[in-house]
Amino acid sequence: MIERTPILNVATHLILITGLALLLLPVWIAYVAATHDLQTVNSAPVEIWPGDQLWINVQAAWTQADFGPKFVNTFIVSVGVVVGKITIAAITAFGIVFFNHRLRMAIFWLIFITLMLPLEVRIVPTYAVAANALMPFQTILDWTGMTWLIERASGVRVDLQWNMLNSYTGLILPLIATATGTFLYRQFFLTIPDELVEAAKMDGAGPLRFLWQVLIPLSRTNIAALATIMFVYSWNQYLWPLLIITDRANYGLVVVELGNLVPDAMTTGGGVPNWHIAMAATLMVMIPPILVVIFMQRWFVRGLINTDK
Amino acid sequence: MADISIRKVRKSYGKDEVVHGVDLDIRNGEFVVILGPSGCGKSTLLRMIAGLEDISGGEIAIADQVVNALEPRERGCAMVFQNYALYPHMTVAENIGYALRVAGMPKAERRKKVEEVAASVGLMEFLERRPGQLSGGQRQRVAMARAIIREPKVFLFDEPLSNLDAKLRVQMRHEIRRIHNRIGATSVFVTHDQHEGMTLADRIVIMNKGTIEQVGTPSEIYHNPASTYVAGFVGSPAMNFLPAQISASRQGVTLGGGQTIAVDAPAVAGRDGKLVQIGLRPEEIAIAAPGAPGLVTRFEFAEELGAARLYHLTYEDLTLSVLSTEYRHYTPGEDVILQIPASAVHLFDADTGRKLAHTAKGKAAEVTLA
Repeated sequence: MIERTPILNVATHLILITGLALLLLPVWIAYVAATHDLQTVNSAPVEIWPGDQLWINVQAAWTQADFGPKFVNTFIVSVGVVVGKITIAAITAFGIVFFNHRLRMAIFWLIFITLMLPLEVRIVPTYAVAANALMPFQTILDWTGMTWLIERASGVRVDLQWNMLNSYTGLILPLIATATGTFLYRQFFLTIPDELVEAAKMDGAGPLRFLWQVLIPLSRTNIAALATIMFVYSWNQYLWPLLIITDRANYGLVVVELGNLVPDAMTTGGGVPNWHIAMAATLMVMIPPILVVIFMQRWFVRGLINTDK
Repeated sequence: MADISIRKVRKSYGKDEVVHGVDLDIRNGEFVVILGPSGCGKSTLLRMIAGLEDISGGEIAIADQVVNALEPRERGCAMVFQNYALYPHMTVAENIGYALRVAGMPKAERRKKVEEVAASVGLMEFLERRPGQLSGGQRQRVAMARAIIREPKVFLFDEPLSNLDAKLRVQMRHEIRRIHNRIGATSVFVTHDQHEGMTLADRIVIMNKGTIEQVGTPSEIYHNPASTYVAGFVGSPAMNFLPAQISASRQGVTLGGGQTIAVDAPAVAGRDGKLVQIGLRPEEIAIAAPGAPGLVTRFEFAEELGAARLYHLTYEDLTLSVLSTEYRHYTPGEDVILQIPASAVHLFDADTGRKLAHTAKGKAAEVTLA
């Protein structure tokens, strides 16, 4: 129901403006803090207008956190996660929607249930797998006595190892399965008329060709929406990289480094907290996701609200 | 170019059988229309020919090759769908040429063929547009062009005109027939619209509840319906049905109210007292001047159709319609005298609904009369 009266207009706008202000306030405070020097930032009352130290702080943050390679790392990982998620989700949804097999509903619900299990919940087993992805097979071999048999027969001791700790693979692979993405694709695929599928069959297109030449082009807006959400998601990953990357110099990501800059008793050693540097770094880390959202916005909204046919 | 031979074909979904053993032979180059109400299995039959549905029993052969196990693309059929099923993200040219692209034809050659076909259905100026920017009729043409370009042995049409408005439908109907005459491929056209069936077909197949009721030319179907079902389905306005009893002594059938209608001798011979349904086409009944001999009915109201007038009458408690160019004024409840030529009376078995064949005795009688 849409009612338009002057009073309601004013009221709704007031609510919207308040909400916007509340959302922007922390960003503004971060920005202001990033533009002052150490003394001003730490003096009361809190400064609410920007100063002139932004460029100096940004440079300091950049060198302190070694952001150059970290941005490159984060970018590689985020793009990897996004591409992986888009691909896996598309193929999974394709299998669930267009192939009539007995288990498809069961599989769909299994995937759907994992929506309720974010990485944080299953972090210990995921870590175990990342430490040696072949461990399950090794275990099977051990239990069935195959290891023993093979050792007896050939003298070689089977010891399967695939360690993903401290690697891009370890940062990317455990994150690329996505129930949300699969669900989004599935909902879109369900709107594709059967006749279109049949027309493609009559034209002689096999399933893979149909996926590649018909479904994927039609899912453009969906892909854009998913890519946007997932880019922001993987850019902001903190816990997982913190856990599996011990070689920070080579594989550190910006968000983890940022956490390092935030002053606490350990990092400042009881000295003066350098919030201005931390905030300058925060601003830099925020920029890529914002750019992605701004750039993808047009597609993004279309992908989420309609199917654009 | 190919014959299609359908032998004892069945289709069931789980325990529900929807097509019960259909036999049909379609000759090379023939235009066959499968006509029936929704749910009669006509689309399922078509889709089994196309290979989009598995065949549960029996076999289908195209050009003497059993195709049961073949993929749709291997059957040499092209299909035009009800909702056109164009690829929304491709231009008209890409849509038309997609099958050739799949088949791996080089781009330049493909382009040439696309233009050739597009020109033949009047789509040249739309080649770079997307389906979303076309009208319904134009989309239909694209769908046709997409089928034509493959030079199929068999064209399959699944109610392709039902999304068009009435005027466009007639126009596209003519176009489809023209294309068929030019290309000469065997065509199977499924519809629930009797006008499409009557105007397009070389032969019509009437289906009802998963079986074939009758196969024949449009005129055979119209003039010699095999059952009350066919008789009621084909013809507009629909045929009138009245229960009656054969009376040999009066050389006709006696209606509920005791009045008699004369019938051709061969049909009644040897069937005295049999209960029947008589079928009367509204356009074959004449309205006579008041006082003339004939069947006396009661006037209800009349519809003006322009070229003729449709009179709605009652006889006993049955309704009856008569199409006539005779312009008479009646008031509701007034008597209307109908004259029914014996040749216009179709006799159907009251129990089975099948047409009463002329009996052997009747044929003998005919011979004697001659």
